[in-house]
Amino acid sequence: MLKYTEDHEWLRAEGDEVVVGITPHASEQLGDVVFIELPDEGREVEAGEEVVVIESVKAASDISAPIAGVITAVNAALADAPGSVNDDPQAAWFFRIKPADPKAIEGFMDEAAYQALIG
Amino acid sequence: MTDDPRRIPLHNLHLSLGARMVPFAGWEMPVQYPMGVMAEHLHTREKAGLFDVSHMGQVLVTPDDGRMEAAALALESLIPADVLGLPQGRQRYGLFTNDAGGILDDLMFANRGDHFLLVVNAGCTDQDIAHLQTLEGVTVTPVTDRGLLALQGPLAAEVLARLVPAVAAMRFMDSQILDWNGVDLWVSRSGYTGEDGFEISIPEARLADFAKALLDQPEVAPIGLGARDSLRLEAGMPLYGHDMDGTVTPAQAALGWSIPKVRRTGGARAGGFPGAGIILSELADGATSVRRGLRPEGRAPIREGVAIFDQAEGGKVIGHVSSGGFGPSVGGPMAMARLPADLVDGATLHAELRGKRIPVSITPLPFVTPSYKR
Repeated sequence: MLKYTEDHEWLRAEGDEVVVGITPHASEQLGDVVFIELPDEGREVEAGEEVVVIESVKAASDISAPIAGVITAVNAALADAPGSVNDDPQAAWFFRIKPADPKAIEGFMDEAAYQALIG
Repeated sequence: MTDDPRRIPLHNLHLSLGARMVPFAGWEMPVQYPMGVMAEHLHTREKAGLFDVSHMGQVLVTPDDGRMEAAALALESLIPADVLGLPQGRQRYGLFTNDAGGILDDLMFANRGDHFLLVVNAGCTDQDIAHLQTLEGVTVTPVTDRGLLALQGPLAAEVLARLVPAVAAMRFMDSQILDWNGVDLWVSRSGYTGEDGFEISIPEARLADFAKALLDQPEVAPIGLGARDSLRLEAGMPLYGHDMDGTVTPAQAALGWSIPKVRRTGGARAGGFPGAGIILSELADGATSVRRGLRPEGRAPIREGVAIFDQAEGGKVIGHVSSGGFGPSVGGPMAMARLPADLVDGATLHAELRGKRIPVSITPLPFVTPSYKR
């Protein structure tokens, strides 16, 4: 089951890791994505730390780590196909993070709450 | 400037087309449609894109005594171009300059037989009108009851000729008044995309009808300001307020080509415009910094304000990006910056982006080859 952040990221728990991407709403707001810079695997991050840079045709944006932990994997395919974030944002994951606090994901919005947020 | 942005006449049409409206130069303008900036850009390069540029200023300058020579010479006192030599039915590009040799605005001016039609930037319109009103012997009339559309792309002529057959005979930079169902259209074969195309001024009362007639053509899609910016950047065209302003001279902006021999030192009507001393000596001697094209390595766009260094590490800042973004037709990032004039094409410099230096190479402008019908 997906959880959502107020920054329009989706979070999916897989084992003891969390997979992070951006929502269709965020992808639509960004416009055509042309460049993505991903963090190094193994990087230890704080919640709120900027970890991904997304450049669309219009502007540069950052994606923050939703929770503290260690980046265990990144979706390197995005570097060559940044447009996949527009084509299928639910499939175009950015990184996996192993949370410092295994329960950290529980505090985020569920689908209904997120849909209410974006109206 | 705290006023709410003004609405262009076709505001509701744009909303019905799904446009996202943003404030721009005091107006609420469509920045993109559901197609998206990338697809809108490519559509314009492949077929025909319809742009609403009704925010731009249209101004008539009419000689009080009926003598066009007098009006031409009056305009030449503000614009370092050959206005006097412009034949009827033709249009040229020019600059308003200031006493410091900087650029107050860039514009198109057309000789329409008994007056000149000027098209100026939206954000500069009020200032330009005030500037023109300092001229003696001419009447300056802002055109406030007409919208302006641009139809751009390789199929623009074929499409527009279905509605207005006479456009087929127009050449690049021709300017004519043509009839469409009893409406007088002011048509020029010009644009801001590097493609063949037309800019069409239409009375506001019939603007929506004409726009819909164009949108009904299968080759035409509405295109927003987002794609307009990437199209003009690929075409190597500067944007006022970004690539040039009151502190940048024509030579520095690489716009010396708009100042013909006749207005330069030794010419029959040399000088006689604001900043002529500075502008002409710089054109003769060469500017120390000039607007150049840049292609960054990789895919990351470098945008306005990014510092350009001469070295991969250390070194010094030798310029800043004045316009930059992703070129959908180029297939990668591209930018313009004013840089030391002695740097050769192909030279490698370094853009500092998020604390990292990215190699960028100086690339001749334009990034794409224009397809004007000369």
